[in-house]
Amino acid sequence: MADRILKNISSRGLKNAVKGNEYRKEATISYGILIGGYILLQLLTAAGLIGHNLQGQFVPICVYISLAVSLNLVVGISGELSLGHAGFMAVGAFSGILMSRILGHAMSFEPLIIIVSMLFGAAMAAVAGFIIGIPILGLRGDYLAIVTLAFGEIIRNFMNVLYFGLDDGKLRFAFNHTIDGIDNNERIITGAIGATGTKTMATFTWGLLLCLFTVFVVLNMKNSKQGRAIMSIRDNRIAAESIGLDVRKYKLTAFVVSAALAGMAGCLFGLNYSTLVPVKFNFNTSVLILVFVVLGGVGNIWGGIIAAALLTVLPETFRQFADYRMLTYAVVLILVMIGTYNPIIKSRIQNTWSKISPFKKRKAEKGKAGRKKSRKEAE
Amino acid sequence: MNFLTNIISGLSLGSVYAIIALGYTMVYGISKMLNFAHGDVIMIGGYMSFVMSMYLGMNGWLALLVAIVICTLLGITIERLAYRPLRGTGSLAVLITAIGVSYFLQNIALLIWGANPKMFTSLFKGMKPIHAAGGQLTITPESLFTILANIVIMILLTLFVSKTKAGKAMRAVSEDNGAAQLMGINVNQSISLTFAIGSGLAAVAGVLMLSAYPVLMPTTGAMPGIKAFTAAVFGGIGSIPGAMIGGLILGIIEIFSRAYISTELSDAIVFACLIIVLLVKPTGLLGKKVSEKV
Repeated sequence: MADRILKNISSRGLKNAVKGNEYRKEATISYGILIGGYILLQLLTAAGLIGHNLQGQFVPICVYISLAVSLNLVVGISGELSLGHAGFMAVGAFSGILMSRILGHAMSFEPLIIIVSMLFGAAMAAVAGFIIGIPILGLRGDYLAIVTLAFGEIIRNFMNVLYFGLDDGKLRFAFNHTIDGIDNNERIITGAIGATGTKTMATFTWGLLLCLFTVFVVLNMKNSKQGRAIMSIRDNRIAAESIGLDVRKYKLTAFVVSAALAGMAGCLFGLNYSTLVPVKFNFNTSVLILVFVVLGGVGNIWGGIIAAALLTVLPETFRQFADYRMLTYAVVLILVMIGTYNPIIKSRIQNTWSKISPFKKRKAEKGKAGRKKSRKEAE
Repeated sequence: MNFLTNIISGLSLGSVYAIIALGYTMVYGISKMLNFAHGDVIMIGGYMSFVMSMYLGMNGWLALLVAIVICTLLGITIERLAYRPLRGTGSLAVLITAIGVSYFLQNIALLIWGANPKMFTSLFKGMKPIHAAGGQLTITPESLFTILANIVIMILLTLFVSKTKAGKAMRAVSEDNGAAQLMGINVNQSISLTFAIGSGLAAVAGVLMLSAYPVLMPTTGAMPGIKAFTAAVFGGIGSIPGAMIGGLILGIIEIFSRAYISTELSDAIVFACLIIVLLVKPTGLLGKKVSEKV
């Protein structure tokens, strides 16, 4: 009963209830894109059609896809604006690197090292997400955005003064490089220089597994009772509260899960480079991930996957036009936002589109009729 | 550096933040949007002033005036082209657009002036620092003029908002957009005016900031922009005295944590203070609490 009420509060939940196969469709498309893209890229690589530069982008693409999907849990499903996703990525990256280095001394079986490091990174990011999640619960809208922003900056600043080293298998850490034992021994993380000497273990296959896992978690969460509760809070907080939903609990759950997934992605990102500087995880990276989510369609999982993949590859491909590349990116970003959100321009574009393509129009009408029919059936 | 000097430089840095924060807070108050491109308007203002005085040989003050005019026009143009089409579509779309505008301005600057930092000539070159309290206190002309400028701007702006017709219209629009429109207020004009004032102030803040910290790069505006935004939230976003108080407190916290705790961690401390303030008072120091009606 309560679940049904939840579905009714959330407009998207209602649509899900009416169109029972919505979830299966979204899941099929998402997994299809990931696996299809993986096979295609592997084949193209085997055929020697992909340059060295682009091959180096495979793991980052997977990481950004996974970050975009996990951020979608907060921005799309929970409906909160987060500007500090790179902070969780940083926590996951550095704690994961640390774990991989410690484990590297004890064993040489790479898959286990990667899995344990990623889990550790995820756990640390989840802890960070929990800590930052508590003040967030009392805040709304734009205030929440600024707190996540502040948090991302704090993490990055903190990483700049963090020193970790190994001394005969014992872990040492300091906030100042002059403390003894750090300078003379094996360094892992050296303040602003970042993590150095990391064994690069990340491969494209690990990237795919990461993406699949992230999509699996987010899609299942979206389509669970919890997910519907979170969405109903997004759509109408007061109504959701009035039927006895614990708003704080659900919001915190979404936030912590998203942070943990970002930490996991961050860990793989860290294991992809032998050196990693903390500056990498600045405000711009958080914004970049948010751009993926918004351009892919807020709340749309596979849209985010495509946006993240394309927007990571395209700027790299057009590197020869370096000067105008980011300028074009900015202009396209503004135009896309105006084109998709301004009601007048949006309808004008749709009109023109339906004139050019009669196929699209028929399909839309059919879809509308179909929805009416199924709604009647549901009643 | 001793205590008194630290206070003065904290107030000076805080004044810069306060002037920038005014732009954020006024724009947020009237159109409920986070204008992330505001920091980059500061940078453009800095470059304009630099170009005018370096290449066209203008007097520093005249260059500042030109920079103010250009930034004002820039602010109006940005609002007209990028933000107005998205008015009323929710904060996310506008936020991303603002980020797009910010990228655009940074990359335009990168294309025109290159990535190499330019050394900005202080507006107050040739003036001597004041020594007081038996050598205990040193006040640089930059600090002095920044603090004075902040006070003058605050007084003028408060008078403008409370006494003039245009200022009252601005307040009416930020109170209730629809009702203001029904009362015959030109909402578009009011919002344009807000952007114009905010951007003009950004140019002033840019020149004052660069006089004290003279490194000018395409990314110069980004960090002060974020800090000033933090200051605006700290004081309660939407409130003009809040921006001033938030800016000053933030500047003092930053300078003191740099002097007594750690240079690298100063930003982290500033942001941690923001989080603590929001924990205690979720709408900032002087923010109004808006209760939601069912």
